[in-house]
Amino acid sequence: MSRPNIPTSRLDAAAVNRPLRGSAAIVGAATYGCGEAPGMDDMALLARAAQAAVADAGLTMQDIDGIATCSVGATMWALPVIEHLGINPTYVDSTMLGGSSFIAHLLPAMRALEAGQCKAVLVCYGSAQRSATFGRKEVQSVRRFLDPQPYEFPYEPVLPVTAYALAAARHMHEFGTTREQLAEVAVAARAWAQKNPEAFMRDPLSIDEVLAARMIASPLTVRDCCLVTDGGGAIVLTRATQARDLKQQPVYVLGNATAVWHRQISCMPDLTTTSAVQSGAQAFAMAGLKPADMDMAQVYDAFTINTILFLEDLGFCAKGEGGAFVQGGGIAPGGRLAVNTNGGGLSCVHPGMYGIFALIEAVRQLRGEAGARQLPRARTAVVHGNGGTLSSQATAILGTAETL
Amino acid sequence: MHMTAQTHYQAELDAGRFRIQQCGACSRHIFPPRELCPHCGAGALRWTPARGTGAVYSTSTVSRKPDAGGNYNVALIDLDEGVRMMSRVEGVPPESVQIGQRVHAYVGSKDGRGLVLFAPLREAQQPTGGAA
Repeated sequence: MSRPNIPTSRLDAAAVNRPLRGSAAIVGAATYGCGEAPGMDDMALLARAAQAAVADAGLTMQDIDGIATCSVGATMWALPVIEHLGINPTYVDSTMLGGSSFIAHLLPAMRALEAGQCKAVLVCYGSAQRSATFGRKEVQSVRRFLDPQPYEFPYEPVLPVTAYALAAARHMHEFGTTREQLAEVAVAARAWAQKNPEAFMRDPLSIDEVLAARMIASPLTVRDCCLVTDGGGAIVLTRATQARDLKQQPVYVLGNATAVWHRQISCMPDLTTTSAVQSGAQAFAMAGLKPADMDMAQVYDAFTINTILFLEDLGFCAKGEGGAFVQGGGIAPGGRLAVNTNGGGLSCVHPGMYGIFALIEAVRQLRGEAGARQLPRARTAVVHGNGGTLSSQATAILGTAETL
Repeated sequence: MHMTAQTHYQAELDAGRFRIQQCGACSRHIFPPRELCPHCGAGALRWTPARGTGAVYSTSTVSRKPDAGGNYNVALIDLDEGVRMMSRVEGVPPESVQIGQRVHAYVGSKDGRGLVLFAPLREAQQPTGGAA
């Protein structure tokens, strides 16, 4: 099978979206209950995060007339969320693309804001995945019926980790990427997490410890895998013209795009190239910026191989050079590129879907609110979400007022 | 009663036959089974015996407790027809399965249903013209 080529017609979509560049801004952002939140459920975490994000924006819940949300479990999730929050939205998006969803929710919301369909969109998520009594095992067994994968399940892949392990093994085979380089990703994430009081795992972590950890699916050990935590996260998006009158420094959405090439890992055309090459190229083209212009990258690190793949596919290095890029603390504090400055899904928070938390960390950095981990220069950020088994990819380019 | 692509595929396997689809319009082979050709959109898909030979595209050893059966292999196999499928390479230690290794299919069974498994293909071994 050959490496996928992106048709020019797909990249032309960026030109269509170009007029929306900077038309909307994130004006509120908040997390709630990250890590362990015993006794909480998905809705409670979502509601608390939503309330905090709306307050952060200087708005009231009654100002919210647009909503974008989805859930790993409930298929009609927007309905109970609207009911619970007591809002009356004129714009509703509940598109479920796995962990990339909340980043994929940006562009349609921008279009609705621009068209005047709504004025303030709440993008929100909550999951008590760690504490819930209805555990992952039950969810997985239900999903076998609701979302069957009859050509993979009989072989008992432990999903999603086996899919990512197969991608990692192929990357190692084609490019000589090593387990030590994979481990560098986990170690860098932990080093950032140590600067973030909100991060769930903050103990020191070495490359040797990652390599010696319990093997889950070769070549990935438990330390190559993301956390299982609770957590809620929310952002509020308004038109740029309204954003300037609100209390926070607006974080502008300069580019956004989503791409999906497959569902099952066995249907992925090339395990070493994700559709982030398409979503990334489109998002950068819409923003009129390139990877070298980025002050940070917040990428969906469900597993250590993800970070390497996305740094390559988003254009921070050539295909196959991601291992060398992360080596020697390349993405750790003080490295060549600040990646996942909150500690990422590997060490900070990962309640089923991580995308909203990558967005929130970029907002905090761009506002200068990141405390001990604050970057000295934070004007631009690429935020990248992944969902399924490397299946859905959504890229956003964010920037401060000076990037407009 | 109508058979979906999936029930047809499984019925063939239950009868010990490994068949995949080929598009009558664009002639490309298709896996996993579908109702429509993902390459050209045609609905004229026909079933054809898989040659059964292929190569390991990627492989992983999944850890499992010894009393639950121990570690096992999960692999992606590129069939010589140009399609890829998930399966297992059996009969060898799971961690010995190598990317690029030539393999051949056989129809095994699990819980009373047929399923395609693979075994290493030895140099001298010739394709049998169908795994059935």
